[in-house]
Amino acid sequence: MTRSPPLPAAARGVIAKDRGALARLITSAERRDPAAASALRALYPRTGHAQIVGITGPLGVGKSSVINGLLHHLRSIGRTVGVVAVDPTSPFTGGSVLGDRVRLERDPSDAGVFIRSMANRGHAGGVALATREVTRLLDAFGFDVVLVETVGSGQADIEVRDIASTSVVVLVPHLGDEVQTLKAGLFEIADVFCVNKADLPGADLAAKDLRELVSLGPGPGGWKPRIVTASAREGQGIPELWNAIGAHERFLDETGVRADAERKQLAAELLALVTEMVEREVSSGLERDPRLRELLDRVARREVDPRSAAELLASRVRGRRAPGR
Amino acid sequence: MEKRASEPPIRVLIAKPGLDGHDRGAKVVARALRDAGMEVIYAGLRQTPEEIVEAAIEEDVDLIGLSILSGAHMALFPRVMTLLKKRKASNIPVFAGGIIPDEDAARLRRLGLKAVFGPGTSLERIVATARGIARRRA
Ligand SMILES: Nc1nc2c(ncn2[C@@H]2O[C@H](COP(=O)(O)OP(=O)(O)OP(=O)(O)O)[C@@H](O)[C@H]2O)c(=O)[nH]1
Ligand SMILES: [Mg+2]
Repeated sequence: MTRSPPLPAAARGVIAKDRGALARLITSAERRDPAAASALRALYPRTGHAQIVGITGPLGVGKSSVINGLLHHLRSIGRTVGVVAVDPTSPFTGGSVLGDRVRLERDPSDAGVFIRSMANRGHAGGVALATREVTRLLDAFGFDVVLVETVGSGQADIEVRDIASTSVVVLVPHLGDEVQTLKAGLFEIADVFCVNKADLPGADLAAKDLRELVSLGPGPGGWKPRIVTASAREGQGIPELWNAIGAHERFLDETGVRADAERKQLAAELLALVTEMVEREVSSGLERDPRLRELLDRVARREVDPRSAAELLASRVRGRRAPGR
Repeated sequence: MEKRASEPPIRVLIAKPGLDGHDRGAKVVARALRDAGMEVIYAGLRQTPEEIVEAAIEEDVDLIGLSILSGAHMALFPRVMTLLKKRKASNIPVFAGGIIPDEDAARLRRLGLKAVFGPGTSLERIVATARGIARRRA
C-alpha cells in the first residue's frame, strides 16, 4: 500500500468542494469506471464522518416527502445534507424516470445541500450497485448527513441496511394485506418506523399495531425500534422523526454495537465487490469463448443437460484463472 | 440478472419553468425518452432557472429539456443559458418544447438552444433529436 502518489484530479475536485467534480465522479462511479475507483481509493481515508440514514418503504408512502421534511429540519439546525434517491430501471428498455426531485424543495443557492437521483440499473435490493460509493463520495465531500431513498419496491428493499447506520421504514395508515408480506424482509431492518400521512384517518391504529409487533422482541443488540407518526405534507412529526433517528445513533455508540454493525457492512461490501469482479470476468470470458455456442447447441439438442454444461464452463473459467495463483 | 448495457445511458433533465400548472406534455416526453433507454430526471413544475441549472449540475446530465406553455420563454430560457455559462456548464445542450412562436424559436436558437419543438412535433422526432444532441463523453 503506497501513501504518497498524487491525488487524482477528480479526488482533488471533491476535496476542493467543486460540486461539478463531485457530480462527475458520481457518474463515473455509476459507470463502474476505473477513474472512480482510483478517486475512491484516494478519498477513502477522508470518509466515515457522515451520518448515513436509509429511508425505505413501499411505493408512494411518502419517502421523498419525508426526506424533504428532514432536509429542511436539518438545514434549520445547521447540518449539511446530501440526498441519494434511487428509482427503478426498466428491465426492458434500460431507461427510467427518476421523479423523486419533484418532492424536494430547496434553495438552489444553498451549498449545504446536494441531491442526486440514481437509477438502480437492474440491481435488486432497493438501491443501485454504486449507491454505497455515492454515499461515500458525499461523505468525503463533507456533508454531515446523507439520506438514501430506496426504490420503493416493498419487501425486497432491504440492502440499504448495508449502507446506512439507521434505517427508517416509512409506512402509511392503511397498507392492508401488504403488511403481511412486509413483516418478512422490510420490517426486519427497521430501526425506526415512520407512519406517514398521519393527516389521514387510521394513523394511530397503525402505530398501535406496530407497537404490538415491535414488543414481540428486540432486534440486534437489544434495540427496540422507535415508532413515529408524521405528516410530511403538513410538516408534522419531522423533528420527532429526527430525534428517533438520533436515539438509535446514540444507542449504537453507547452500546458499542456500531463497530460491529460497521464491520458487517464492510464484509457485505467486500463480498459484493468480489462477486462483481468475478462475475464481470466470467461473463466477459464466456462471451469470448467459442465453445459456449457449441455447448449451447448440444444443450438445445438435449445431448447435455444445463447443469453439466454449466459445470464444464465453470471448470474452464477456473482453469483460466488458475495459472499464476 | 444485472443488465449491463454496452453503453452508459444518456441522462437528461426534464423541467418545466414558468408558472402554468400543466406538465402533461413534459411527462409524455419524459416517458418517451425513458422508453428510448434514457435516464430521465424529472424535476417537475414551476422550476426557476436557478433550480434547473443547479439540478443539471448535481445530476451531471448530458442534456436538458425545457417545456413551457405560459409564454414566459423569452424571459426564462435566456436566463437558463446565462446561468449555465456562469456555472461553466454551457457544454450541456438544451432543447425546448411548447408554445413558442417561430420568430422566438429562431432567437432562442441564436442564444444556443439546440432545438425548439412546436406542439405538433412527433415523439419519434423529439427522441431522435435528443439522442443526436446529447453530450457525449469519453
Ligand atoms: N395525505 C398525505 N399525503 C402525502 C403525505 N406525504 C406524501 N404524500 C403524498 O403521497 C404521494 C407520494 O409521495 P412521495 O413522497 O413521492 O412518496 P414516495 O414514497 O417517495 O414515492 P416513490 O418514490 O414513488 O415510491 C404524493 O402525492 C404526496 O403528495 C402526507 O403526509 N399526507
Ligand atoms: Mg420517492
